[in-house]
Amino acid sequence: MSFLSISNLTVEYPGPLGTFTAVKNASLTVARGEILGIVGESGAGKSTIGNAIMGLLDHPGRVSGGEIIFDGERLNPADDRAMRGLRGKRISMIFQDPMTSLNPLFTVGEQLIETIRTHKRLSADEARKNAIELLASVGIASPEERIDHYPHQFSGGMRQRVVIALVLCSDPDLIIADEPTTALDVSVQAQILDLIKSLVATRNVGVILVTHDMGVIAETTDRVVMMYKGEVVETGETAQIIHAPKQAYTKSLISAVPRGDRRLDRFPGVSFLEADRPAEPKLGGWWFDNTNQMPAITDEPLVTVRNLGLRFTTRHALLPSYRRYFNAVKDVSFQIRRGEVLGLVGESGSGKSSIAKLLTQIYKPSSGEIRFGEHRLGTLTAREQKLLRSQIQMIFQDPYSSLNPRMSVERIIAEPIRHHANASGAEIAKLVHELLEIVGLGAAAAKKFPHEFSGGQRQRIAIARALATRPRFLICDEPTSALDVSIQAQILNLLKDLRDALDLTVLFISHDLPVVRQMCDRIIVMRDGQIVETSQAEHFFESPQTDYSRDLLRLMPRMPSRT
Amino acid sequence: MFTTPLRKLRIRIAAHPLLYRFLASPITMLATFLGAAMILAAFLAPFLAPQDPFDPAALDLLNSLLPPSWQEGGDAGYLLGTDDQGRDLFSAILYGTRTSLIVGGVSVSIAVLIGLFLGLIAGYFGGLLDAVIMRIVDIQMTFPSIMVALLIDGVSRGILPAEQHDRLAIFVIIFALSLSIWPQVARTVRASTMVQRQRDYVLAAQVIGIPSPLILVRHILPNVLGPILVIATINLGVAILGEATLSFLGVGIPASEPSLGTLIRIGNGFLFSGERWLIIFPGMTLALMVLSVNLVGDWLRQELDPKLR
Repeated sequence: MSFLSISNLTVEYPGPLGTFTAVKNASLTVARGEILGIVGESGAGKSTIGNAIMGLLDHPGRVSGGEIIFDGERLNPADDRAMRGLRGKRISMIFQDPMTSLNPLFTVGEQLIETIRTHKRLSADEARKNAIELLASVGIASPEERIDHYPHQFSGGMRQRVVIALVLCSDPDLIIADEPTTALDVSVQAQILDLIKSLVATRNVGVILVTHDMGVIAETTDRVVMMYKGEVVETGETAQIIHAPKQAYTKSLISAVPRGDRRLDRFPGVSFLEADRPAEPKLGGWWFDNTNQMPAITDEPLVTVRNLGLRFTTRHALLPSYRRYFNAVKDVSFQIRRGEVLGLVGESGSGKSSIAKLLTQIYKPSSGEIRFGEHRLGTLTAREQKLLRSQIQMIFQDPYSSLNPRMSVERIIAEPIRHHANASGAEIAKLVHELLEIVGLGAAAAKKFPHEFSGGQRQRIAIARALATRPRFLICDEPTSALDVSIQAQILNLLKDLRDALDLTVLFISHDLPVVRQMCDRIIVMRDGQIVETSQAEHFFESPQTDYSRDLLRLMPRMPSRT
Repeated sequence: MFTTPLRKLRIRIAAHPLLYRFLASPITMLATFLGAAMILAAFLAPFLAPQDPFDPAALDLLNSLLPPSWQEGGDAGYLLGTDDQGRDLFSAILYGTRTSLIVGGVSVSIAVLIGLFLGLIAGYFGGLLDAVIMRIVDIQMTFPSIMVALLIDGVSRGILPAEQHDRLAIFVIIFALSLSIWPQVARTVRASTMVQRQRDYVLAAQVIGIPSPLILVRHILPNVLGPILVIATINLGVAILGEATLSFLGVGIPASEPSLGTLIRIGNGFLFSGERWLIIFPGMTLALMVLSVNLVGDWLRQELDPKLR
């Protein structure tokens, strides 16, 4: 018996450029004790559905058609008074970011007790007891003690547990979880998802889990609603959607999810997805022919890192004994061979990005040395230094922050060329156009500004800029973690093509193990600034050597094996 | 189908967020129009003013203290009346507004240049340089601008002959006003710079090997201009008021080349003898001008500061 049913829901946002329809004729149902996944890429309208149920659409959004029936009653999202009676009481919501969902000025206990007492007639003592029970039920150890702690004393995952406890205060019938684990590390993500699953089983609530992550969907949900551009594309049992999707979009999206179970040469085509799909990269032309002085691939290491350490001073003081330090990187040694893709894996705070910044000389090492070929970084003449900078380039995680919003694409890509090469304006323009063709954007993009492009297209611009100096060593710091799955597949394919065509040596930093498996030849696992394990990629995935690696692999959200 | 030029224009306006919001705010539009009209009138003063208030030959003591033209005893040639020297008040206000605007504009420009330079350096390089610059800012902010101006005025009076002092009074006032405004600009620029410095495009430029001064000018400067526009506009109002205050106190622009503040000071002397127009009209002009500048500045702040959206 469905307990929430939505039929033909349409949500519109009127704006100066005309009305934008965020959700078109969407229908879905949720039963008690069931987890329904709403999945789709950014802009698919998945969060809008959740907000519409809660009556929390951002201004000027409005429900312009269809109906929402909750427990036999028709909801009127415009009736704020009635909605307030439901919100937080019978329908609750878990948000993405546990950092901002809790008030930092109150202890966890105060927030829980306040919420409990607004919903139930309980004395302060009873409410406190109730709160402790709730904290215990969401898996927080020694809740009697933890209840008096402030949110900042909890880690991200623990905080999300507290948020879930808050949601449970009112014994809701329906919980809407909007990307509840996106901001968390893999190991924590698995725990939170398990918690949600067990709560559904014990409390018989219905859950709508909104996410972009097919792995989360596969592991957690009973049924799935697949959305694309505001429309429901396909609805069905999770197993059916994942194993035997019927619609072309679903098929294409699922095939684009990186597989953790074996390595493929390329990501399968995602051709269905966009009509305005970027052109296949053209690998060749003036730029390739004129600057091709490839070193042969040998076993000789390109980058050698020996006993590298990086220490930040977290408290400055005149007297050394009062100073406090944080060791971001501790005694790390590794080599990167010419032409290989080395994966650097670890959870947030493990020192991955610090290593990238050390290699690009943004940070100076506190100890140890880095050698690039025979040159030792930090001991070079200005000329050698400049040459070296052109050899080492980097692609950043967030394509929205890595391009200067006030510069045209042409200027962005031309900047490294101008700085490193003695080329005339016409030559530079030609090179920029060629680079844009190579990354699949086309020369017409040169005159535009970054804000005119989507995330994936921006990442292509960033790649063109990184390649402009014709580097030998490319550092990719989580290059696709800000992108949708289908776009991720395109970008990773592009990186693979470019690596092969240019014989790049790549340091690929990621927390996403399936992506690492698809991209890397060798893998280094880091934790707390130290190297835990170094091994060949396939070897790592088949037989990890340390407990920590085994944990990481076990917790990796897996798509059930596909044929 | 309306694919007329009008519709195209509407689409272009809608696609430009700042312009769209500007056209949706009638008060801002009114303030902009009023401010622009006053600035235009002030700078066209030599062509608009019926009389040159600086030319003693044009003044006629017989026409002194005439009331505004619509009052009894008014003269149609003197729209807003005359002062005790027979000077046309309307002309004096036009010229006075010009002086006030020039003093305000120049001091804000100097303050912005100093604040921009020091703020960028402090925010980008951090460390000791930042500490030193920001402590200077802190110290500077503890001195009220009027006190600084009085001090400078006093010193310059002491060392310069009176005639030369009058000629330099305008520079003294500009110096004092810039000195009191630049710390605010430096603080704002430093904060924005620190935000921009963390962004990946700055890292990317560092990875390419672009030298720091170029990164500052090419990458960071264009991205901190928004807040500067806001703070400059708001401080233009502050500077105009500051100039008026100083001139009113007699430290500022001498009476021979009146600014709005000087006119108000002169008018103040007649407040109780009945010639109220001498203080009302310059006062209204000052209030309207500062009000429209502040309204525009406030609107800009709301639009450009994402935190206030």
